[in-house]
Amino acid sequence: MQGVLYDFTGLIQSIDAVFRASMSDLWATVLEYAIIGIIYLVIYALIGLFLVYAERKVCAFIQVRLGPNRVGPKGFFQTIADFIKLLLKENIKIKNADGVLFNLAPFIVIVASFLTFGTVPFAKGLQGIDLNIGVFFIMAVSSMGVVGILLGGWSSNSKYSLIGAMRSGAQIVSYELSVGLSLVTMVILTGTMQLSQIIELQSDGWFIFKGHIPALISLIIMMIAGTAEINRGPFDLAEAESELTAGYHTEYSGIKFAFFYLSEYMNMFVVSALVATVFFGGWMPLHIGSWQAFNHIMDFIPPIIWFILKSFALMYVIMLFKWTFPRLRIDQLLKLEWQYLLPISLFNVLLMAFVVYMKWYF
Amino acid sequence: MTNQQLEEVVKRLGVEAVISEAQFLTVEVPFDKLFDLARNLKENEQTQMDYLILITGVDYVSSFGCTYLLTSTTHNHYMVLKTRNIDKANPRVDSVTSLWQTAEYHEREIYDLMGITFNNHPDMRRMFLDESWVGHPLRKDYVDESNIIERKY
Amino acid sequence: MAEEFVHLAVAGTEGQDLEINMGPQHPSTHGVMRFVVKLKGEVVESVQPHCGYIHRGIEKMCESLSYPQIIHLTDRMDYLSAHINNEAVCLAVEKALNIEVSDRIKYIRTIIAELNRIASHLLWWSSMCMDMGAVTPYFYAFRDREKILDIFEETTGGRLLYSYNCPGGLMNDIHPNFQKRVKEFIPYFRKSFKEYDELVTGNVIFQNRTMGIGLLTREQAIAYGVTGPAGRGSGFACDVRKRAPYSAYDKVQFNEILYNEGDSFARYKVRMDEMLESLKIIEQLIDNIPEGSYVEKMKAVIKLPEGEYFQQVETARGELVVHIISDGNKTPYRVKFRSPCLSTLSVMDLISRNQKIADLIAIGGSLDLVIPDIDR
Repeated sequence: MQGVLYDFTGLIQSIDAVFRASMSDLWATVLEYAIIGIIYLVIYALIGLFLVYAERKVCAFIQVRLGPNRVGPKGFFQTIADFIKLLLKENIKIKNADGVLFNLAPFIVIVASFLTFGTVPFAKGLQGIDLNIGVFFIMAVSSMGVVGILLGGWSSNSKYSLIGAMRSGAQIVSYELSVGLSLVTMVILTGTMQLSQIIELQSDGWFIFKGHIPALISLIIMMIAGTAEINRGPFDLAEAESELTAGYHTEYSGIKFAFFYLSEYMNMFVVSALVATVFFGGWMPLHIGSWQAFNHIMDFIPPIIWFILKSFALMYVIMLFKWTFPRLRIDQLLKLEWQYLLPISLFNVLLMAFVVYMKWYF
Repeated sequence: MTNQQLEEVVKRLGVEAVISEAQFLTVEVPFDKLFDLARNLKENEQTQMDYLILITGVDYVSSFGCTYLLTSTTHNHYMVLKTRNIDKANPRVDSVTSLWQTAEYHEREIYDLMGITFNNHPDMRRMFLDESWVGHPLRKDYVDESNIIERKY
Repeated sequence: MAEEFVHLAVAGTEGQDLEINMGPQHPSTHGVMRFVVKLKGEVVESVQPHCGYIHRGIEKMCESLSYPQIIHLTDRMDYLSAHINNEAVCLAVEKALNIEVSDRIKYIRTIIAELNRIASHLLWWSSMCMDMGAVTPYFYAFRDREKILDIFEETTGGRLLYSYNCPGGLMNDIHPNFQKRVKEFIPYFRKSFKEYDELVTGNVIFQNRTMGIGLLTREQAIAYGVTGPAGRGSGFACDVRKRAPYSAYDKVQFNEILYNEGDSFARYKVRMDEMLESLKIIEQLIDNIPEGSYVEKMKAVIKLPEGEYFQQVETARGELVVHIISDGNKTPYRVKFRSPCLSTLSVMDLISRNQKIADLIAIGGSLDLVIPDIDR
């Protein structure tokens, strides 16, 4: 279907033409970069703010209570109030902390999170950068977040922060294997790593249906490993271990703490956006093979709404994990990955390769 | 076992005891014979007092005393073991921690609040009060102007 | 500085000694208690408790108060079983004065004691789950606890501390709504209990964190005097309601819950099953409360005859024994409270050896310590 809400490529190209017509190529490019950067920063912050509010409301719903409902209509501006509070807090100077690295750590974490955010396909044509190694790029860049966490723990000059940071680092590095193998499984099915191509290929059915069993196994592993990657849910021992150590971000206050906090929520968004893209079709409406009428009806809903619904549904599931289950101990966590998830993922890769070779997919 | 039978067992052990019958059979012995009687009661097949419920330290104005409430998990009979004549100037009694480990904390509490020292106790130090505290508050002659307010009842 | 950090990092993981202070203010010790934990890498070598932060000298205070006044102090020892503590002193005084209370008083005392036990176990369940990371049970359990507390408030006037018992009976008769509300509560709680059981008890993560953790054998439980659900989880049949029944416990049918494994999961299961048993007891009593007076005639000034009096009761945490030594005056000569949590604390070191540091929380939660009971 045509119309600007359904296909943004036309709009973007026309804006591009206007710029190139009115100024030199170099300035047009610089101006476009600046505008995209600012828009992305704003969207990042807005989605982050909304997610914090959503989590509190979902948590309250599960716990049979109301959640924030005073600041703004239905408590909508609660996060803004919290954010203003965090901004106004004193930046406590830690004695003997390594100055440069201590200040650098939260920036690395948020930059890594932001880089992955830039490649998320929101709608047809509405994607920050569409690399031909999209999936690979996301995985590679999100690994940089570990560096930030380890730096934060080390430079805090506190043995408890260090222990917490190392535990978190070990956890993230282990679970990256499972995330990577799940995505590799799906790449075998799709044949391409470029995110927009992956979505186009799902125009006759989402990969979760096309890939049946191996895709389902891959989805389950990805959801578990993805939650562990972002230090959330039942895998948050490193930061919620308030009994013993308070985690790698103890010594941070004010805006730096806000960066750690915000990047955690945005990582959750990126993980669910990635799962939505690779398994559930991203912004592609639900199409079933060649059922023309059905597909036409589904196409009425703009793709951007599809994308938002899918990623928010997955985020709701991730939030449910956190508020339902007790925490895993660090050795149980690592055992889960190395003894259970990794062998299953490896087997799944073989299974998918076999399925694709025998053309046993839809 | 009934009180009668318990009394006979105690008499047979040949300890000089004053036996009376209150709510439970009460056996009163001098403090230096306490440990032997306690050990006999624990190891004797017929009594088998394997569960020490409580130890109370009492300040009878002229002396100290300790009261032990013993019971058996197999026979379900109770006995009170008392000693009354612990010297006030140098209060020492044998510890029964080697028989019932629960006595470790009870005896520390008595030492802390009453001042009775237990011989052979594995860890004789104060329990609730600070190490530097002077005095033993549960004693009848304990005076502390700042912390204790006398009420005119 | 870099070498120091590498050293510490290696030390934490490789097995040098680390001494950690779980200080008096702590989210998971329920009360003010200080644990000095010696670690070798991840493994606990010893746990030294330091108590006394909330020592108020209750026993000393009792020596200058009259018997009805002592009851208000007993509320504050194990505040989660306040009614049962009150009952202990009242029963001791009634036994000493040879007063036989009417059946109505016994029935009401037992019903309220069992409701108190359920409320206490609900709070224990919610805080144990919260310490393990599952925050949601806290809200569910407190919602049910509110129902019980509302019933109590209507009849006794208090939500946590009641002082409803007095020597000779009860302060007031039960509220006309009492029976109806309790009868409504029983099926409601049965239904929500089933939900909680499925949610937490059957959860694999929870089971992995509690099974096989903190083993206590039966002989150790007897030697260290661990009573209550912690002792019954190790196979030590110590329920005072069966060994030395008081109030209306000899008139009801209920099981004594025993599990033999002795790990944290067994102690957890004992308390969960005990909640159902308490419901059974209440069901048997609530319809048959006999008519009668709610308080026996007592003298205005209560003086116990000379002698020593013991009374054992089963609180939600174990065996509480009240030992009153009287010399005939209106105030007791010496009152001793044998608190269950003090003996349970003494095994904390024993069963935490060679466990991981993260298991310490599971062990502490399953032992269910209330610190004011330890310190009195």
